[in-house]
Amino acid sequence: MSRMGFFTDTSICIGCKACEVACKEWNSVPDDGFNLLGMSFDNTGMLGANSWRHVAFIEQSKPVAQPDAHVRWLMSSDVCKHCTHAGCLDVCPTGSLFRTEFGTVVVQEDICNGCGYCVPACPYGVIDRREDDGRVWKCTLCYDRIGDGLEPACAKACPTDSIQFGELDELRERARGRVDELVSAGVVDARLYGASPDDGVGGAGAFFLLLDEPEVYGLPPDPVVPTRDLASMWRHAAAAAGVFLGLGVAAFAGRRSS
Amino acid sequence: MTERRRGGERLMVPKAEFSSYYGKPVLKRPVWEERYIAGYLFTGGIAAGTALLAAGADVTGQPSLRRSMRLSSLAALAVSGFALVRDLGRPERFANMLRVFKPTSPMSVGSWLLSAFALPTGIGVMDEVPALVPRPLRSVVRRLSRPAAVSAAALGSGVATYTAVLICDTSAPSWHAAYPEMPFVFAGSALSGSAGLALMVAPIREAGSARTLAVAGALLELSAAQRMERRLGFVGEPYREHASGRKLKAAKAMTVAGVATTVLLGRRSRAGAFLAGAALFGASALTRFGVFEAGVISTEDPAYTVRPQRERVGEG
Repeated sequence: MSRMGFFTDTSICIGCKACEVACKEWNSVPDDGFNLLGMSFDNTGMLGANSWRHVAFIEQSKPVAQPDAHVRWLMSSDVCKHCTHAGCLDVCPTGSLFRTEFGTVVVQEDICNGCGYCVPACPYGVIDRREDDGRVWKCTLCYDRIGDGLEPACAKACPTDSIQFGELDELRERARGRVDELVSAGVVDARLYGASPDDGVGGAGAFFLLLDEPEVYGLPPDPVVPTRDLASMWRHAAAAAGVFLGLGVAAFAGRRSS
Repeated sequence: MTERRRGGERLMVPKAEFSSYYGKPVLKRPVWEERYIAGYLFTGGIAAGTALLAAGADVTGQPSLRRSMRLSSLAALAVSGFALVRDLGRPERFANMLRVFKPTSPMSVGSWLLSAFALPTGIGVMDEVPALVPRPLRSVVRRLSRPAAVSAAALGSGVATYTAVLICDTSAPSWHAAYPEMPFVFAGSALSGSAGLALMVAPIREAGSARTLAVAGALLELSAAQRMERRLGFVGEPYREHASGRKLKAAKAMTVAGVATTVLLGRRSRAGAFLAGAALFGASALTRFGVFEAGVISTEDPAYTVRPQRERVGEG
């Protein structure tokens, strides 16, 4: 089975939030509160247990292609990155989080005991615990749909094909072509985010074409899976454990034995 | 957001402003409840350190110290277990922790370690309180006493230090960046806090090794923390500032006071030993809560996530 993923081309996102709605409907994701956040048209805030797609809206005073326009409006539908090296999956102590045959990362909700370790492990702040439920939830890349040959609900609902679903290799190639096209058309800020297998998470299964720095969209500029340093962490802990025992032996050495 | 300048110090290189999405955090705040998980970082360290003291007391024939340390170790372990289960979103599924063994998950390793540690700790208490054991089994428990004491201390060295890996193996910037020193901070804190407890409960004539360990543990903790804060720079800020920084400063002051009292009064007066021990015991708790809060704070401000990463990759 080849690895499946998302290519979210934010240059053609129109901010309709059909992806958010379709995701909620298909996956029966509860509401996240009905709040007006005062963040442009964004009233979702960020990804979480009850928001598996999140459309970001950024208003910038920046000259754009049209001669007298001085405002640029960026829109981008964020989602779980389904990392090659997934921090959430690595640290999950129960085996609830697992890698599917499509290369995606999914929570088995009948196993999750709500330990919450995956929550701070994720370098993107995606996965979270649903407080009234006690378990963690995130995008499954519509595991149930793609197993039946359907595309995920968000991609299906996207009216502009900003969200594209497919084989990761093919998506990456398509995305590179799209960046070239945009740059040659004068959109010099266009760049891919999460498309490189050499990045800190080994490449994202869901990657993006952005028109500004990642942090402008609330994305980390250089995310690294925390477990990349785990072997070194265990070595330091082993050394500290040795010091712990050594000090104990030294403190009792010389005392009369029974 | 602009860079703050402290103490009128001139920055040689103007720090780049960093962008964020409406100032919102990039990372999720840990859902761990502070009283349970910071509390466990403390009680786990105490369970481990008292097991080490109990083993030392057993080998050197100090029955009063051995007894109080074994009972303390089990009590600290019981509180730890309670806190860990209560913190779960689905406490009734706690047994899923032992469903798999995953070396990539410090929490999985820790669950197995803690379960293994419980066995000799339980045997140790059965040895101290024979009334708990059916008469025919008492000689078996007696024979297992020494091996149990030694293996509890050995496993305890893991219990005292794996918790550092547990919190450092996250994306919380101030925790993750601190991974080289944190196990030493935690080992030192476990030793000085447990030795402090021994100073509080053991008679002065059996507390000589505890006094040594109290001082050695405190020096280990303070020196590792010092090295960590020097090295970390900006992501180390929560260890120096905010509520977390204030807790850690207070913890250091209490540690220094506890060490001084141990050295000056520890062997002279029962009350002096008790006060010294209480200061070290309390300082160990305060250290764990301060470290816990520092990591949480570092997830809440996007500056701690974005700035170090931006410096790493340069201006895009």
